[in-house]
Amino acid sequence: MKTETEKIAPTATNTNFKSEEYFINMGPQHPATHGVLRLLLTIDGEIIKKVEPDLGYIHRSIEKMCERDSYQQIVHLTDRMDYLSSHINNEAVCLTVEKALQLEIPDRVKVIRTIIGELTRIASHCLWWGVMGMDVGALTTYFYGFRDREMINDIFEETCGARLTMNYNIPGGLMWDIHPNFVKRTKEFVAHFKTKIPEYDRLLTGNIIFQKRMKGVGILSKEDAISFGASGPVARGSGYSCDVRKHHPYSALDKVTFNEALKTEGDSMARYQVRIQEMWESLSIIEQLIDNIPEGDYKVATNAVIKLPKGEYYQKVETARGELGVYIVSTGTKNPYRVKFRSPGFSNISLLNHIAVGGKIGDLVATMATLDIVVPDIDR
Amino acid sequence: MNNNELQELIGSWFPNPEVTIASVVVEENKESSDLSTEKDEEKITTKEVINPSLLSFTEEGSEFLTIVVKPEHLHALMNQLKSNPKTRFDYLYCLTGMDWGKELGIVYHLESTVYRHQLVVKVNTEDRENPVFDSVCDIWKTAEFHEREVFDFFGIKFNNHPNLKYLFLTEEWEGYPLRKDYVDEVNMVIK
Amino acid sequence: MTKSIHQWLLSFMSETATSITEMVLIALVYLAIFAVAGLYLVLLERRVAAWFQLRIGPNRVGFQGLLQTMADALKLVSKELTGTDRADKFLYNLAPYFVIISALMALSVFPFTQELQAFDINIGIFFLIAISSIGVIGILLGGWSSNNKFSLIGAMRSGVQTISYELSVGLSLLTMILLTGSLQLSEIVEVQKNGWLIVQGHIPAIIAFMIYMIAGTAETNRAPFDMVEAESELGAGFHTEYSGMKFAYFFLAEFINMFIISAIATTVFFGAWLSPFGITESIPWLGVFWFLGKTLLLVLLMMWFRWTFPRLRVDQLLTLEWKYLLPINLVNIVLMALIVWLNLTIQL
Repeated sequence: MKTETEKIAPTATNTNFKSEEYFINMGPQHPATHGVLRLLLTIDGEIIKKVEPDLGYIHRSIEKMCERDSYQQIVHLTDRMDYLSSHINNEAVCLTVEKALQLEIPDRVKVIRTIIGELTRIASHCLWWGVMGMDVGALTTYFYGFRDREMINDIFEETCGARLTMNYNIPGGLMWDIHPNFVKRTKEFVAHFKTKIPEYDRLLTGNIIFQKRMKGVGILSKEDAISFGASGPVARGSGYSCDVRKHHPYSALDKVTFNEALKTEGDSMARYQVRIQEMWESLSIIEQLIDNIPEGDYKVATNAVIKLPKGEYYQKVETARGELGVYIVSTGTKNPYRVKFRSPGFSNISLLNHIAVGGKIGDLVATMATLDIVVPDIDR
Repeated sequence: MNNNELQELIGSWFPNPEVTIASVVVEENKESSDLSTEKDEEKITTKEVINPSLLSFTEEGSEFLTIVVKPEHLHALMNQLKSNPKTRFDYLYCLTGMDWGKELGIVYHLESTVYRHQLVVKVNTEDRENPVFDSVCDIWKTAEFHEREVFDFFGIKFNNHPNLKYLFLTEEWEGYPLRKDYVDEVNMVIK
Repeated sequence: MTKSIHQWLLSFMSETATSITEMVLIALVYLAIFAVAGLYLVLLERRVAAWFQLRIGPNRVGFQGLLQTMADALKLVSKELTGTDRADKFLYNLAPYFVIISALMALSVFPFTQELQAFDINIGIFFLIAISSIGVIGILLGGWSSNNKFSLIGAMRSGVQTISYELSVGLSLLTMILLTGSLQLSEIVEVQKNGWLIVQGHIPAIIAFMIYMIAGTAETNRAPFDMVEAESELGAGFHTEYSGMKFAYFFLAEFINMFIISAIATTVFFGAWLSPFGITESIPWLGVFWFLGKTLLLVLLMMWFRWTFPRLRVDQLLTLEWKYLLPINLVNIVLMALIVWLNLTIQL
């Protein structure tokens, strides 16, 4: 009966009741862990005392595989890390290789990469929004999110033949030119989605239950966000300006103007609002670029066997989850000597214990949803 | 701060005792460094480098200024980089374990969220049997998980790490998969 | 028809045996009807959910998917019953029956039409409240005996939740009893011939109805109060370890309970089988239509809740009940008492 007493009067000194912490395994097969993530929870009644992530259930050692593969092949492996921003992952590797080779990339490629990158971000946030609602118990959001994501996937499918793991980028440019319908359909999507974000707000954001669940939960201070290496919307929800697109612009992002979504509250609601805001910003970026995609080549020729000069190369990009870093050490051969992917999810999951302790089980699930983790991104 | 200024400043924190004895007055040196007591002990042990600083700087083959530091100075240097008001490297965005063939090492990528300058710190050891470095997770909390990852895949241990155990691998795993000499005939496809 | 069966049975049985046989017959008829009705409620829920979620929903098995849940039931019957090793086998097996039987028992007292009421006892409402709170024992047993921590958390939440919201259900119904002066369901309907109680009692009745629907949703453990199952938190909550037909019992009980909660609301607030403005008063058997129509409308409302709202957190759930609903309810009773005392009710 101890648990009931505590739930009703959490502040009361329950000296009459023997309090006992217990241990519970959340995952690796659990609906809220979004994949094969295992959390070892220490719980007192409903209150979380400790969260310890146990990773590696889907670790494929991509970094080791990269040491075996050529630079063109590495690109394909990165799709399988954060599969929801596969295009941006590809882009990161391509940018690193291009930087090392000092290739001059045509503007057309840069603009297309940026547009597709932002579409990817919207698609990822759509899925996140749907799943976020589901995690707090509003099952309908899932289908709304997927409806809009579907349109983006159709655009991708038409242009590059794949919907999720797109492999559209190659070192030196793009695999193919864009489909003739690309511009038209992207514009259609932008017009469509502008009417849908307010719908999202009506369905979930304004809901009183939702607000009560999110506000003041899982608070992350700015200092902690930096110290934990948080990035992406998680860090921006804490007021830490960390958008790689702003601070280290790549591709065509230096040609567009957009606002970095920032909130200072640091709670789950702030992280939620940052992502909603980001969808608007991405739409604005797409709108600025879609009408003036420059003419030109869609790739520059590279050698069939790419050999990077000896040295170390680091490139960071902003995926839908935060800062993805690609660190390539080359000894001048056709294979990289060492590849390290600094994945945003890995750093973000490390702060889960910090922000979830003291909350209820329901809070943990909601907080985890606002971290927007993708397990293959953590495990790589 | 640009790379030259950074190099000058950071280099001054770890003056090489051999050079300082020859050129600079000892008292001045003590004043300029918070870590003088620590350095007094180290003076005896470190003699092999002839360099104005105990750190070696390079910009070759990398876009960032790279510092190679000795393991014994690692924690003091990192602490300075984070807390010194002129450097303020408060964002450790990447921590990479490396197997250089003969040596094992770690590469730290640092950025300052205040000044937006970036820096790479490298630390290496030749001890492949029992490599140990000081943990930096009291300086940057993100290091806790990253160091565990390095422990998993390179077998590098960290002093003062609060929870150093396998993060990805199972507890009974043998060998360190990302080392160059790791062999697994079943799972590794070599082309 | 009932009379002729009665005569026929009496012709070869003693009076006691006849009445027992009749009870068994009625029970069997109810069981058959409501097991099937429960299945169709499941189908309805799925179609409604699909409608809310921009999907089509099950439409392949039978015309418009009408046989879908039948097929599901067949599948569940044929499934292997699994369970945890160290479960308390006796209680583990008992739990689903507890839940389903208490759900079915409550059905016996509803006045579907003036004539069609299996069991018209003088404490009808009281009986309903009592029976519907027994179900929670089954949930507690199921959660506790399955030897699974997720189940246990779910069961404990269920205990807290049902016991709390029981109060609101009871008090809001009590508010309406002030108007009728009787607990017998047939008499409650009789009173409403002068206007449905929600009209008669106007403001406090509407407040009571709102509280009743909130508390009723909570008592059936449905979203947004589905803390007990909370699939994103607890997997499946108290019935995590159940499979096959035992799971189906829990599942069916949830839908029958939803029907019961709506049926109580229909009886107490919306005049049970009475047609609006007495338009079909001359054809009494149409009462079934009106009763089921109103009930299904309320069921639809509960489904609407479920597919729209996020789930509350367990402490917010209790805050809502103890800090808001309960005080409002108590004030509301006083208000209703004043209205009855001062004869301010609206009589059509």
